[in-house]
Amino acid sequence: MQLTLWSYEGPPHVGAMRIAASMKGVHLILHAPQGDTYADLLFTMIERRASRPPVSYTSFQARDLGRDTAELFKTTVEATYERFKPELILIGESCTAELIQDQPGALAQGMGLPVPVLPLELPAYTRKENWGANETFYQMVRGLLKSRVPAPGTERALRAQGARPKANLLGPTSLGYRCRDDILEVTRLLDSIGIDVNLVAPLGASPADLLRIPEADFNVCLYPEVADQACDWLRRSFGQPVVKTVPIGIGATHEFLQEAARAAGLEVDTTREPISSRMPWYSRSVDSTYLTGKRVFIFGDATHAVAAARIATEELGFTVVGLGTYAREFAREIREAAKRYGVEPLITDDYLEVEAKAAELHPELVLGTQMERHIAKRLGVPCAVISAPVHIQDFPSRYAPQMGFEGANVIFDTWVHPLMMGLEEHLVTMFREDFEFHDGATPSHLGPTTARMGQPAPEAQSEPTETAVVADGVLVWAPDAEQELKKIPFFVRGKAKRNTERFAEERGIQTITVETLYDAKAHFGR
Amino acid sequence: MSAPEIHCEQGQRQVFCGLSGIVWLHRKIQDAFFLVVGSRTCAHLLQSAAGVMIFAEPRFATAILQERDLAGLADCNQELDRVAAEVLERRPDIKTLFLVGSCPSEVIKLDLGKAAERLSEVYRGRVRVLDYSASGLETAFTQGEDACLQALLPELPTRPAGERSLLIVGTLPDVVEDQFKRLFDELGIGPVEFLPPRHATEYPSVGNGTLMLLAQPFVGETARVLQKRGATLLTAPYPFGIEGTLAWLRAATDAWGIPAERLEAVTAPAIARAEKGLARQRELLAGKRISFLPDSQLEIPMARFLQRECGMELVEVATPFLDRQLMEAELPLLPSDLRLTEGQDLDLQLDRLRVARPDLTVCGLGLANPLEAEGLRTKWSIELVFTPVHGFDQAADLAELFARPLVRGALLKV
Repeated sequence: MQLTLWSYEGPPHVGAMRIAASMKGVHLILHAPQGDTYADLLFTMIERRASRPPVSYTSFQARDLGRDTAELFKTTVEATYERFKPELILIGESCTAELIQDQPGALAQGMGLPVPVLPLELPAYTRKENWGANETFYQMVRGLLKSRVPAPGTERALRAQGARPKANLLGPTSLGYRCRDDILEVTRLLDSIGIDVNLVAPLGASPADLLRIPEADFNVCLYPEVADQACDWLRRSFGQPVVKTVPIGIGATHEFLQEAARAAGLEVDTTREPISSRMPWYSRSVDSTYLTGKRVFIFGDATHAVAAARIATEELGFTVVGLGTYAREFAREIREAAKRYGVEPLITDDYLEVEAKAAELHPELVLGTQMERHIAKRLGVPCAVISAPVHIQDFPSRYAPQMGFEGANVIFDTWVHPLMMGLEEHLVTMFREDFEFHDGATPSHLGPTTARMGQPAPEAQSEPTETAVVADGVLVWAPDAEQELKKIPFFVRGKAKRNTERFAEERGIQTITVETLYDAKAHFGR
Repeated sequence: MSAPEIHCEQGQRQVFCGLSGIVWLHRKIQDAFFLVVGSRTCAHLLQSAAGVMIFAEPRFATAILQERDLAGLADCNQELDRVAAEVLERRPDIKTLFLVGSCPSEVIKLDLGKAAERLSEVYRGRVRVLDYSASGLETAFTQGEDACLQALLPELPTRPAGERSLLIVGTLPDVVEDQFKRLFDELGIGPVEFLPPRHATEYPSVGNGTLMLLAQPFVGETARVLQKRGATLLTAPYPFGIEGTLAWLRAATDAWGIPAERLEAVTAPAIARAEKGLARQRELLAGKRISFLPDSQLEIPMARFLQRECGMELVEVATPFLDRQLMEAELPLLPSDLRLTEGQDLDLQLDRLRVARPDLTVCGLGLANPLEAEGLRTKWSIELVFTPVHGFDQAADLAELFARPLVRGALLKV
């Protein structure tokens, strides 16, 4: 058993769901107990998707275990096919179904459905979400294209004279970190050097679209966590080169353009300063001088963590004091990078280990995932998010890529922002101590005083401590009414207080009682 | 009036499992820690539900089963002891540790009851270790609370025979608890105790003089165990809206032999206030058609309130589980021609919904945005469990929760 306060990745079937939900015409049938539909919320709430993910569940319960869960599964498959008529059906099991071993993949394949059925092996007790996505995408690409693989030794057909080279962007998924905008930015980048995008997959592609993968001159592996197996197989089977540089950061974007040009056989001069990024100038401007040598701890998926470390050192002048990833499959990349920056690589999916490391390193800034925000809060250190897992606020409405030149602009603002706030907070705290604010005053979660262990959550602390008496001191709150007021959630408490006092004043009430409070509440309504 | 006919359905279910109860139970019982024994899926569910809050220190965690645990290479009990020790070392302030069973731990038949006994012995005098199952196999959403409360019952001290007390069962927000306490004080009813308590060390006591009022409609198993310990269940509608709250209080005053005039006098000011607040919401809700998809077992009392006090028209009311004993006082208050559904076959239910196209659909978050995109207004149901909605002074707030999506729908011009 592993004690887990927070887990960096979901189970592998959630990875399979991400592939299905990314695509059109694909439906996933999951053998899973009642309750596992929670995962739909990731798509409908966190990503704010406007349709249900294309996933059907068997939702078995205890009473079904005494009967035939295999039969229940077959009924679900039939009903699902009839209703949704997908082009391709994926079959998966969640962790509990894996234990009862109904062999749903074989069952579904034996049902004679008129569309391809792809059973997935998703070992829930050894593998995790990204592995599940990677495996599902690979199996799907391989399953659809294996009959079209040319005989060994066949030369790739030459591109027609004058035609623009074409690339596939592989790896973007539903629930991927900033995939939506990265695709736009990378498409723009490639277009600027004369390369077209043939296909983006899995995000937005249908099974029929995947059949067009071999038409491109090369593949861009944008998110190795999801697409490296598929890209490798396509390189081996169809001779398509893979562009492996992930264009996050100014330096990496330049290298990406050069690598893409090489893969397309183009002569491209990418040495001129890009007009579209303000980040290099912002970073050189004197206001950024105080950023020099800021100690930063970086943790996330390997792709984003390695990219972040390069930006931090070469483009912002920070000092990387710690670098790690939760993705064991990509430990090698992190180890190599860690060597470059002279730090110990941290390869772990154990949140507690990351927390201990962060505490030991005393960074001034944490760049991490949603989980590192918990750590940073506990340590009282500023924090910015660079990688999944993320919550709803990191699926923003605005254009917010991480890749390319605009991505670099976004990154500059995002990383520096909490530092500025940290400085402001510091000054505020100083003045609170020096002047009229004392003990009762609340430091924000970024302030240094919350850095101790076991502090109550800030919602419990942040009481605005203005006085209860208004208008020449004639209006008083009875102690029980004041107690009652404190039970109102803090974010509406101020309004409730003002309303009650206004109510009391208008009626000439001098002492506010619990009754007054509720009378006022009823009077004003919402 | 005759109660409506009940349609039972089975099929794909879009509900949470009982583990999600931890999200509010850990806030209510402040010195308890919830350790789920399960898979990565369980951990993922919990953090997806609660992870948007940034915790300096959460009071729940998952002991994730590994391959070695399943293969029998590791002794699950030793592993559990090690993990529990780790938790308690990290959180020395914890007084009660709940070992929470999940689908995987149940399928492999890991005996958490034995483990809890053993660990209680180890930490005797410092930490009580209890267990319950909140798996999806056994429980849907709020049933997780029912299971948790049952685990607490053996801890409750016994009240001397014949000593009268009132026990309120089911999680209430602190502010509502205090309101009810004041009302019972004024009515001369006491002692009044609450289950769950705010601290796991302040248990209410139970004896054959204990009278029970249920604050939540999903604590049926808990109530039945308490009955076995001699407590008497007072049959009443649930305290939502003016009618429900008054009838709920009346069940207590009747049992206490308090005259009706007294009840009337004590509740009159609060009722007058509530009527005023409710009138505003009624204007927005009256005549609007509403459907409930199954989620929390709160559907029936909510529907009763919206129909009788807010003038809404009920299209379909579905509940994950219908406990006839607990709904005894509620069912006759529903219109007899209502379509009342127990259980769920999701796609068929959505078909019915799309044909009926009600003005408002109460459903979970997995369905809310997709239905909005189809042009249906929705009220996401989980909020009903997280918001103070019981009692007179919350009646208007409760109605407002349903009016808000309609108001918003009319407000937005984009």
